Amino acid sequence: MGLSIEDVSVVYPAADRRPPVDALSRINLTIDDEEFVVALGASGCGKSTLLNLIAGFLSPTSGRLVLDGQAVTGPGADRAVVFQKHALLPWLNVLDNVAFGLQVQGIGKSERHKIANQYLGMLGLDGFQGAPVYTLSGGMQQRVGIARALTCDPRLLLMDEPLGALDALTREKAQELILNIWNDTHKSVFFITHSVEEALFMGTKLVVMSPRPGRVTHVFDLPFSRQFLDGAPARRVKASREFIEIREEVLEIIFADEEAAA
Amino acid sequence: MTERSPASRRKAPGVLARIARARPTKPGEIYGVPGQGNTLWLSVLSIAVLLFVWWLVTAMGWVKPLFVPAPMDIVTKFISVWQTGFTGTPFLEHVAISTSRVFGAFLLACVIGLPLGLAMGMSPVMRGLFDPPIEFYRPIPPLAYLPLMIIWFGIGETSKILLIFLSVFAPIVLGARSGVKSAAIEQIHAAYSFGATRWQVMRFVILPSAMPEILTAMRIGIGFGWTTLVAAEMVAATKGLGYMVLSASQFLQTPVVIMGIIVIAFIAFAFDLLIRFVERRVVPWKGRM
Ligand SMILES: Nc1ncnc2c1ncn2[C@@H]1O[C@H](COP(=O)(O)OP(=O)(O)O)[C@@H](O)[C@H]1O
Ligand SMILES: [Mg+2]
Repeated sequence: MGLSIEDVSVVYPAADRRPPVDALSRINLTIDDEEFVVALGASGCGKSTLLNLIAGFLSPTSGRLVLDGQAVTGPGADRAVVFQKHALLPWLNVLDNVAFGLQVQGIGKSERHKIANQYLGMLGLDGFQGAPVYTLSGGMQQRVGIARALTCDPRLLLMDEPLGALDALTREKAQELILNIWNDTHKSVFFITHSVEEALFMGTKLVVMSPRPGRVTHVFDLPFSRQFLDGAPARRVKASREFIEIREEVLEIIFADEEAAA
Repeated sequence: MTERSPASRRKAPGVLARIARARPTKPGEIYGVPGQGNTLWLSVLSIAVLLFVWWLVTAMGWVKPLFVPAPMDIVTKFISVWQTGFTGTPFLEHVAISTSRVFGAFLLACVIGLPLGLAMGMSPVMRGLFDPPIEFYRPIPPLAYLPLMIIWFGIGETSKILLIFLSVFAPIVLGARSGVKSAAIEQIHAAYSFGATRWQVMRFVILPSAMPEILTAMRIGIGFGWTTLVAAEMVAATKGLGYMVLSASQFLQTPVVIMGIIVIAFIAFAFDLLIRFVERRVVPWKGRM
């Protein structure tokens, strides 16, 4: 089971003074149970389009998406999305933001607060329940967003450059946190980034994409997140010879794509 | 500066150049923010100077009291109207009647205008249907359609309230309508991804994020309401602050005219403060995320 993307293409139709865009061309990809799939590529190569398809916000021009044997026809609570920013609700405090998904599903106040509190604890946000979200740092806001996505116990966690707006140190800590949560909750994850190091460190499967038309050019299986979860320090994993070799290989692919496009 | 020759560049900069140049800010301010700085004392000064000039002009007898009465005359007049009323009606009744006309019209405009504006923001059908009539009447001065109001609705309370209502209605509808656009697409998508219905997205995301614009629209709307009050009370009114000002002017009672104007300004300002206070309580997050 899991998600399978079958021969999916997306064409954004022409608009005034803009030709049609082949955002995605014949994508085939599976996200198996408990897999951590990372999409990497220059901006404009269709990563967000792919995520919007999986989330159900967008229907493909051709091809289809199947989740656990069922065609994806729209958004649903089995797929939760974590955005880069602007997705929290500033009129709610931290606790109510995290409980928001449950509220939408009609779960009573005390029950949803209980569940939200569990996830706040898991993300290290204990004690901030009553804080207005706009007083939190970027890293903490992002953790609130992740906690909120987890509360409805989704099958798939979709993350569109979730750490893109964080500073380098906070970002590395957040990477480790997400891996630990993934390990504890056994979710499947689809994660977008344009940091090569982040992609290699986090994923069990790396999908390298290239633009015009947006397509998957390479797929790598990766061992590094497992190494980290088995106890190796993150920096040591990222500095290992194996890591550096793949990093350079992927960078070369991306640079070659850039030159071909330019 | 217009000179560009090497020789002139070495000269010390002129006064104009020094004023025009941005200086580094003090700690606690942000470099380059337009118009930052505290204005309280300048506002106090401005009011004091105006009062002083007013007093000076009248005390020196430069202007006849018929045109500009002395500040103290206004105060005296206020006290006497407060105690004995104006044209047989107690002062506070004038205030109450005008206030209830403005607020009645305002509440009506909110009750109808907010849902309509939100619906216009949400639905192209509603926008298509209601945009033309609203955009048509919005720029017309209320005095221009006042005669029509009288022909259609008579000289009773209906046309007065309707006139004020119309002037409040348009800004409220437009504010609510553009408030719908305030929600970030990420907030809306997040809600849908939890399985929210369109109605829930409206209720839990779009409406709360529209609150800052709605409150601003209410502030602007009630301002228009007070502006239209005097026009509305030109229609066969026998009570109200606008009526007081108008009939006093017919009898050249300038102190009452000025006093009435100040009372109207004061009530409008007090309500503006109230909305600003509500704003801080209801949308403390405004502009912060
Ligand atoms: N709503 C849209 N309408 C038209 N073109 C779009 C739209 N969204 C994205 N595109 C175009 O599709 C391509 C892929 O966009 P996107 O999926 O956002 O890429 P990425 O997330 O990898 O940066 C880009 O060329 C972009 O300009
Ligand atoms: Mg993107």
